[in-house]
Amino acid sequence: MAEQAIDLSKMTISDEVAVQISNMNKWYGQFHVLRDVNMTVHKGERIVICGPSGSGKSTLIRCINRLEEHQSGQIVVDGTELTNDLKNIDKVRSEVGMVFQHFNLFPHLTILENCTLAPIWVRKIPKREAEETAMHFLSKVKIPDQAHKYPGQLSGGQQQRVAIARSLCMRPRIMLFDEPTSALDPEMIKEVLDTMISLAEEGMTMLCVTHEMGFAQAVANRVIFMDKGQIVEQNSPREFFNNPQSERTKLFLSQILGH
Amino acid sequence: MTEFTPFVRKDMLEPRDPPGNQQGPIAWARENLFSGPMNTVLTLLGILAVGWLALHIIPWLMHSVWNANSLSECRAIIAQTWGPDATGACWAMVRERWHQYVFGFYPMDLYWRPTLAFLLMLVAIAPVLYQSLPRKMMWFTALYPFICYWLLWGGTLWAPIVVLAGFGLFALAFRFAAPKLGVPVSAGLGLLAAAVWWLFVQTPLSTALNGIIPLSIRDVDSDQFGGFLLSIVIGITAISASLPMGILLALGRKSDMLLVKSLSVMFIEFIRGVPLITLLFTASLLLQYFLPPGSNFDIILRVIILVTLFAAAYIAEVIRGGLAALPRGQYEAADALGLDYWQAQRLIIMPQALKISIPGIVSSFIGLFKDTTLVAFVGLMDPLKGITAVVRADINWKGIYWEPYIFAGTIFFLICFGMSRYSMWLERKLKTDHR
Amino acid sequence: MAFVQDAPKDSFRLGMLIYDTRYRSITIQVVVLILFLLFLSWLVNNTAQNLAAKGRTFDFGFLWMRAGYDINQRLVDYTNDSTHMRAAFIGLLNTLLAAFVGCIIATILGVVIGVLRLSKNWIVSRLMTVYVEIFRNVPVLLWILLAATILSETTPQPRDFRQTPEMEQAGEEPKASMLFGIIAVTNRGTVIPEPKFCIGKPQAECDADPNEGGLGVIDLGIFKVSLNLLALLVVFGGSIFVNSRITKQANATQEATGIRPVTWWKSLAVLIIPSAILLWALGLHFVVPELKGFNFVGGISVLHSFTALTLALALYTAAFIAEIVRAGIMAISRGQSEAAAALGLRPGRTMSLVILPQALRVIIPPLISQYLNLTKNTSLAIAVSYMDLRGTLGGITLNQTGKELECMLLMMGIYLTISLIISALMNLFNRAVKLKER
Repeated sequence: MAEQAIDLSKMTISDEVAVQISNMNKWYGQFHVLRDVNMTVHKGERIVICGPSGSGKSTLIRCINRLEEHQSGQIVVDGTELTNDLKNIDKVRSEVGMVFQHFNLFPHLTILENCTLAPIWVRKIPKREAEETAMHFLSKVKIPDQAHKYPGQLSGGQQQRVAIARSLCMRPRIMLFDEPTSALDPEMIKEVLDTMISLAEEGMTMLCVTHEMGFAQAVANRVIFMDKGQIVEQNSPREFFNNPQSERTKLFLSQILGH
Repeated sequence: MTEFTPFVRKDMLEPRDPPGNQQGPIAWARENLFSGPMNTVLTLLGILAVGWLALHIIPWLMHSVWNANSLSECRAIIAQTWGPDATGACWAMVRERWHQYVFGFYPMDLYWRPTLAFLLMLVAIAPVLYQSLPRKMMWFTALYPFICYWLLWGGTLWAPIVVLAGFGLFALAFRFAAPKLGVPVSAGLGLLAAAVWWLFVQTPLSTALNGIIPLSIRDVDSDQFGGFLLSIVIGITAISASLPMGILLALGRKSDMLLVKSLSVMFIEFIRGVPLITLLFTASLLLQYFLPPGSNFDIILRVIILVTLFAAAYIAEVIRGGLAALPRGQYEAADALGLDYWQAQRLIIMPQALKISIPGIVSSFIGLFKDTTLVAFVGLMDPLKGITAVVRADINWKGIYWEPYIFAGTIFFLICFGMSRYSMWLERKLKTDHR
Repeated sequence: MAFVQDAPKDSFRLGMLIYDTRYRSITIQVVVLILFLLFLSWLVNNTAQNLAAKGRTFDFGFLWMRAGYDINQRLVDYTNDSTHMRAAFIGLLNTLLAAFVGCIIATILGVVIGVLRLSKNWIVSRLMTVYVEIFRNVPVLLWILLAATILSETTPQPRDFRQTPEMEQAGEEPKASMLFGIIAVTNRGTVIPEPKFCIGKPQAECDADPNEGGLGVIDLGIFKVSLNLLALLVVFGGSIFVNSRITKQANATQEATGIRPVTWWKSLAVLIIPSAILLWALGLHFVVPELKGFNFVGGISVLHSFTALTLALALYTAAFIAEIVRAGIMAISRGQSEAAAALGLRPGRTMSLVILPQALRVIIPPLISQYLNLTKNTSLAIAVSYMDLRGTLGGITLNQTGKELECMLLMMGIYLTISLIISALMNLFNRAVKLKER
């Protein structure tokens, strides 16, 4: 963890709304994946979403930058409603960064090119400037010396940190993490989590789907538990882990922590 | 903690159906056919194409004539029944000439022999295709080539039996020598013994035996073979012979021994670098130069040998891909278990490499079967060019072209499509133990 | 040095040749070499005996003798007084022409079909699947024969294009008409307009001249080169160079300011206008075929054998290319396009910056081996009597001279050379684009 040890629980959370989801429903064919989801995310919040597999948690955060389309209800990101309007989608996507379970780095581009691709082509930033930004964030995730290698030459943990840097290069206001550590070997999980913690310390709004309960306790200001496509329980991490209310939550926690 | 209110759900929501405008055939069509202007244009073009085809093909098929003695008679019947401008298919040609498409010029009264051979082939192939059948059936599979040869070409039954004895000799020599001398040496010894047997003992022995107990059926000459009989004989023989040869070539190419490796590479690259037609011409024109003076053997056999060599080179490349895809650990594990080279190949490496290569091997087989039509150019009666040319040369059927090509093409399609579906099925079945 | 002992030297035993790992592989290789040499000498010996028995020699002298036969499609000068070598060269050019045209058509068709097969449109993707399955699973020979038969049996005779005065009076149209008014498909061949050049002379005078006019040709001895074509190539090459400078300029501007200038209209102008001006200055015009008497005069006559062979090979190979393209695009995981979308890239940019650069690495090697297959399959020209390398060197020359061994070896050597050149290029490409991995 970072040396200056900021107490995350004391960090201010503004009243400004970052993401507003109301009565959102989604179906895959006949299958009802997300059922009447309501959720408000304020700027600076650090939310951990957990739940059994197939509970719709990944789908939920993929809806927020419209990698998935919702069929009813409303999603408003930073004042922009997600509709079929391409302009709105572009606007939201350039403000929302996303980190994937399988990194999804572009294997034919160097690390530096991975980080500058979107700033150059979407933000229309001069190349030099984009490269400077990229190097800044690469040093932040502690791999500036790998900039001219290809993704295939890096370890899984390094690749995931590059993926985080790549997202940050777009200077997003909100970051989505879709199980960022699930595909990593145990010894590499910590380096990625550390990067995420330092991001939280800078006040980034984060929505994180993860099973790392230690991370949730240390960083999150609230935990959301989903099952069968709906939000079953949400609470502060302390309450959530020490005093779960719903039977489903208790069962899930006993399975994941119990051993 | 002002930013959210703690929340616990008491009653779980039941799944609902998607809103009405998002299900049913209309929603499906909107999703799949008219989701945008581009998509709508494509759909309309597609419907137009299907409609145009249907408009031309359906009336033609509906106006089929099955009973006629010539194309002009066919046309007369069509004009009489459906009006002077109607077009129609004249399947009467197929009805009159189907036997040539199937058997070529094989004697009519002996059609039962290829038919029986074909049915027995299905029995022989079954245990290879379906692992669930009893393994004992493989014995019949091993015997089948000899039975098939005797049924198709006729002559004395003793000839294939004595050839079979040669293989027995090979197996015997191999079995006794292998533990002491290793696989390559004993295989060489066995081959030598068998070769001596076939070259010097074969003919006198089978003649003598036939003299004592005559077991002969009528001879049929190679030039009477034709149609799908010919395609299947060449195809199946070449397919079954090219697989083991391809495996050996692939192993040769991966060998550490420079000489073995470069010989294999040269062979494979040469065969893959020239068109099959030139190899077939080699069979018909050049083999007479390369063999000892006076030796002259059957053209079908010569073609089969060249087609086998051709297919083997392609299969070797496919298997090489499969070998390359195997993790190094497999080789090391086999070495660590103390298996020798041939045991490791047989028990560990090949089963996996072949499994990976199944799609490639089957598509080579499909290519090979399609290529059997090229034997028309060395004077054999393949179903496409050979037989169709014969039919079209007949004064009664002069000018017919859609029907013979559609007929022959459909049979090829069914066989090749069947093979590719089988390989997909097998791939799915074998996938269970791979991620 | 008392501790270090040399490994005990075994006295050499015969068994070690087989059982000792040091000698084993050498022993096997020596045996293989001996067997191979024996086999080779057996072949050579047989061949020598057979040649002697037939009273023939093994030499390539016939290549310099008069061929004495005509070839109905010549890309460069040839008469029946030319040598067999020249005939083989004409055949090779015909093979390469069919292969080249076939590859271009097959690529265009194959890419379109492969992409459409991936389309979300149900009816279009099904139609493309049907196309691919039908063409893949039927021998290519069938498509060649069918195309040739349709072209020769369903097309009208040249005289059917004629409108006699009686027909005109009766208000009848001729039985056949030309495609777009400029292409005549007859049972003898397809006649297309011929480009002609003309400088400083009346057009009619140029048209009467059998040469192509304009700047004329220069004779290189082996073949003649059209100066018009050469000039066009030079100008177009210059255009391409200027265009690449424009692109480079655009890249530099983008790097400096972040905004990419709009260049497509500049590129279009640079690529088209200079060539157009040159062609105008050279007096380019097309001579449309005209019916005179019982046949068409003017224009270029394309043999049906060429059309059938090229078209059938292209349609057949397109089915395989479609599968390669489809597999190549599918091999790029969904994650790649999702990651690009999440970064805010539009689908078009995602395709050109992320998907295509990766898919091409997967697509190009098997694509090239399809080109190789198509080139080898042009030898099926024999089915439609197209005079390719096999038709000349391996056909008429072989039959006339009886030099079976020489002709076949030479022909195989040429095909082999073409194949090896193509696969060498492919290896270079593979090495250049290989993804770097740990």
